[in-house]
Amino acid sequence: MIPAFCNWLAETRISAALGRVEWVVPGVQSVHLLLIAAVMGAVLFLGLRLLGLHGTAESVAVAARRLLPVIWGGVAGLGATGAVLIVAEPARELTNPAFGCKMLLLGLMLLVTLHVQRQLSRAPGRVWGAVTLIGWVGILAAGRWIAYTQVL
Amino acid sequence: MVFVQDMLLWLQDTDVATAIRESDLLFPAVETVHVLAIALVVGTIAQVDLRLLGFGFRGRTVAELTRAVLPWTLGSFLLASVTGALLFASNPVHYFANGPFRLKFLLLLLAGGNAALFHLLGRRPVAARLSGAVSLCCWVAIIASGRWIGFTLQ
Repeated sequence: MIPAFCNWLAETRISAALGRVEWVVPGVQSVHLLLIAAVMGAVLFLGLRLLGLHGTAESVAVAARRLLPVIWGGVAGLGATGAVLIVAEPARELTNPAFGCKMLLLGLMLLVTLHVQRQLSRAPGRVWGAVTLIGWVGILAAGRWIAYTQVL
Repeated sequence: MVFVQDMLLWLQDTDVATAIRESDLLFPAVETVHVLAIALVVGTIAQVDLRLLGFGFRGRTVAELTRAVLPWTLGSFLLASVTGALLFASNPVHYFANGPFRLKFLLLLLAGGNAALFHLLGRRPVAARLSGAVSLCCWVAIIASGRWIGFTLQ
């Protein structure tokens, strides 16, 4: 079913148009990377603050109010640029095990981030700092691995 | 230039370079750490740059923000340099000849010079804003030229 969907998507006009312009994929990947940098910069300080290892002059809630909008906004932009990359080369991502891992981890980390956001008034446990740092590094690693585990 | 080519060939034949080149796993693994390190460099320095430009992160003064953020930027930059050197060693002749690779290094020099000037010239508002803008533009271009290496390397 997924290969059939890939074939259908690859034959749409928009996919063909994106494929014809050679700078589209590297250009959109560059924007995708910039947004990853923004998210990882915010994740670093949120994770360290939750762990109590950095920036303890501020409360968790104050730090989170500054950093969470960067994470949510960044993720929205990553979804948009990621969607363009999928339309341009559907099989590269959709039949790729590393991409599957990345999406699974991303789903989990969005739930974790939502949980942290809802716990702010009661100070979330330190364990969520470790989960935040490890989880987002895993998403980045799985994303980089997409280039090395293409099936088709 | 013969001397440079000899150096590149020597580097290519070192054990570390050969191991990275010939392993299916080592190159992507080192590259993943390199990407993570760059993301942290740019993601942290952008917080300072945006603060200098007056966009967001206003809860703290510039001095407080740089004290909190820049050690992480420098540590990440060190990690990016070490992993970058390892990737370069795996295929030095082709990286050295690659246009986007050379552009990336030119931009790194520019970003470094800009940061040094900022610390020397101090905190006058106009200079600080200009410095933040130059830094942000440099790092955007560094990420783009780095990504372009992968599409143009022979």
